[in-house]
Amino acid sequence: MEHKTCFHCGDDCRQNLISFQEKSFCCNGCKTVFEIFSENELTCYYDFESFPGAIPKEIEGKYDFLSDGTIVDKLIEFNDEKTQIVTLHIPHIHCSSCIWILENLNKLSSGISFSQVNFGTKKVRIAYNYKENSLKEVVLLLSSIGYEPYISLENYNKDIKSIDRSIIYKLGIAGFAFGNVMFLSFPEYFQDDGFWIDKYKSTFRWLMFTFSIPVVFYSAQDYFISAYKGLTSRFLNIDVPIALGILVLFIRSTVEILFELGTGFFDSLTGLVFFLLVGKFFQQKTYSFLSFERDYKSYFPIAITKITSGIEIPIQVYDIQKGDRLLIRNQELIPVDAILINGNASLDYSFVTGESESVRKSSGDKIFAGGKQISGVIEIEALKSVEQSYLTQLWSNDVFNKNKTTSFTTLTNSISKHFTIAILSISIIATTFWLLYDASKAINVFTAVLIIACPCAIALSAPFTYGNLLRIFGKLNFYVKNATVLEQLGMVDTIIFDKTGTITTNQESTVTYNGDKLSGNEEVLLKNSLRGSNHPLSRSLYDLLEEHNIISLNYFEEHIGKGIEASYNNDTMKIGSANFIGHNHNTSVLNTTVHISSNDVYKGKYTFFNKYRKGVSKLFKSLKRNYDLVILSGDNEGEYENLKKLLPSKTKLIFNQKPTEKLEYIKHHQSEGAKVLMIGDGLNDAGALAQSDVGISISENINVFSPACDIIMDASKFSQLNKFIKASKSAIKIIKMSFVLSFMYNIIGLYFAVTGQLSPVIAAILMPLSSISIVVFTTLMTTIIGNKIK
Amino acid sequence: MSVIYMLLIISISVAVIFFIAFIIAVRSGQYDDSYTPSIRMLFEDELVKEKPKKTIQTKTD
Repeated sequence: MEHKTCFHCGDDCRQNLISFQEKSFCCNGCKTVFEIFSENELTCYYDFESFPGAIPKEIEGKYDFLSDGTIVDKLIEFNDEKTQIVTLHIPHIHCSSCIWILENLNKLSSGISFSQVNFGTKKVRIAYNYKENSLKEVVLLLSSIGYEPYISLENYNKDIKSIDRSIIYKLGIAGFAFGNVMFLSFPEYFQDDGFWIDKYKSTFRWLMFTFSIPVVFYSAQDYFISAYKGLTSRFLNIDVPIALGILVLFIRSTVEILFELGTGFFDSLTGLVFFLLVGKFFQQKTYSFLSFERDYKSYFPIAITKITSGIEIPIQVYDIQKGDRLLIRNQELIPVDAILINGNASLDYSFVTGESESVRKSSGDKIFAGGKQISGVIEIEALKSVEQSYLTQLWSNDVFNKNKTTSFTTLTNSISKHFTIAILSISIIATTFWLLYDASKAINVFTAVLIIACPCAIALSAPFTYGNLLRIFGKLNFYVKNATVLEQLGMVDTIIFDKTGTITTNQESTVTYNGDKLSGNEEVLLKNSLRGSNHPLSRSLYDLLEEHNIISLNYFEEHIGKGIEASYNNDTMKIGSANFIGHNHNTSVLNTTVHISSNDVYKGKYTFFNKYRKGVSKLFKSLKRNYDLVILSGDNEGEYENLKKLLPSKTKLIFNQKPTEKLEYIKHHQSEGAKVLMIGDGLNDAGALAQSDVGISISENINVFSPACDIIMDASKFSQLNKFIKASKSAIKIIKMSFVLSFMYNIIGLYFAVTGQLSPVIAAILMPLSSISIVVFTTLMTTIIGNKIK
Repeated sequence: MSVIYMLLIISISVAVIFFIAFIIAVRSGQYDDSYTPSIRMLFEDELVKEKPKKTIQTKTD
């Protein structure tokens, strides 16, 4: 059968096709959005991209907390007598139509004066007159057109971060000074003496001096600070020889022009700082739409409905106290550990554990924070406050306060220690020689060695190699936090996988049927009953069953949280939980099941299994030779036999691990000298991801939540993990090769320096030449590596 | 005053003007979001085209 696609969102209109103005829509929600747009002459929205929209969700009562003044105050960034400005994160922003419609919000509501989209961060900044439109109305408007903002606890108490643009300023100043100094030093490159140059050279020289002052004292200040810090902690990092070089360059050049001894090295000085900053800038590739620092706060709601003597009031999540009665609506999150009082809970813990199927609870059961209620309204009583809940306690572990990168010695820094010592000894030996031979040249040689040996090329190799690789990886949906992570990735020797959601996929499941065989008519009825249901299990079962004719049912009813009842001609069918069907089900089986009865006779059950990702077995085989492999799962041992068959025999399988136990396991292995790579997906892996040397968070959709980690990886790239690790290893080789290359430049330079022949022209040629050739070399090599991954 | 000083003053002031323009651009946040403006600039024409029409014209597929 030919499916029509929804004009608004592009989904199949398989369940209930709605035609409106000769266009087909999959649901009333999509049609309503179209109506809103067409009434306001905003249908241009559909011209930029096809199917740009999203189905607006049911949100009744969800944003009631925005009527509370104190909560609103925490969210808005500007407030005066008339106008309020708010920045909202909207995950659905994905195309040019989105930008267009969100920047034309003022046509939908007169209270909104302007709105501006930042596509990279998926945020929209809206200014509105709050006398006409409250924040709640703005949010409801956005939700009604399918752009529901994401408001979480993270928005609460946020400090208004000023954007750090200092690197751009520093780079701009260095570049500006470099250009001008180059142009001012040209006359003296070509003419040593003569009337003209004698008359003007002091002007040129002092102008160059002026230009280089901001370069040394502003643009290069980070190198001095870092070198000072390194020295005070008795550690010779790469910034020590750089800072020494810059300082010597500046002092010697100033002395030269002060006593009219020569033209100085201002050109090399400004060029050096400029190239170093370009390297730094290049390495700072950031993925503004991703966050590597998320904790539970970005997942938890900001407010919740509290019931006090029958009245519902929104309260802030931090204000929840033990014993509070809370109302949880459909699609809302359980913020604290609690006891279920009223209603049928069906909780989706997929963000917490990675387990995709929902967990059913009945009143009196204890429920843990982090689950999302997916069937109707429930009432719960809080047992703990937010910070003390089982899940959130994990974040009080010390590992979340430790900065991972500072404790790691990079390759560049480890080489710089030997380098600095070597350079200092060469300069001392050369100076001693010249002191005995020709004392007038001694100080020249000493400074010349320090100038020419300034490890610009060495300092540039790593930023350009890693910076370029970071970009290549990013294009392949493998998002690395920073360059240091890449280096650590190349050094791991132990790889630990979470099970659910990591090596299994949440998107697909396989299903097996146990019971009496269904007749043809029954299959048709089953398929058609499932068509009408929006429950995730019905959807996945529907997709897994064979195609059948579409019939119109005589009777159809969905009992939320229980199942479906449908009839056609004289046949009735019940689909749902064992209790609903009236079948005494042995509950010891832990898998998710859907039971079926036809004409009140129990037929059988469909059991869902997690499906392992494609290529898991292959990936483990390719990894087993070089790495220790471990599966560290929070689940029970139900899958033990399957995994045993699927994975290489030496893979360790450990089950029933609590979040803190995962963390301790990794800590224990690290204390034995292992470099651990952890791959996980849920909040329960957050501790392990933070403790490991490299933590990879795997995600089906990179725009939604992922716990704090070093790398965010698109699930489709899972089978290629080995290639990414190999590429990081090759990157280390490239850096070592470029070190060799820059040492060769240094030896040539040192020859001029030690023999006392270093002229400004030679320095001005040698320094950019070495830097540029390193940049070209590393960029070419990383591009070759990148092509290998594809 | 020799012509060389004139030239120096002119060239450096031109450079300084561009430098100041750069600083102003950075301060105003032009470099914070380098992607959205490139799309936004394509919208204006579409808007003007649409205004005089009363009927709804959209792409059908």
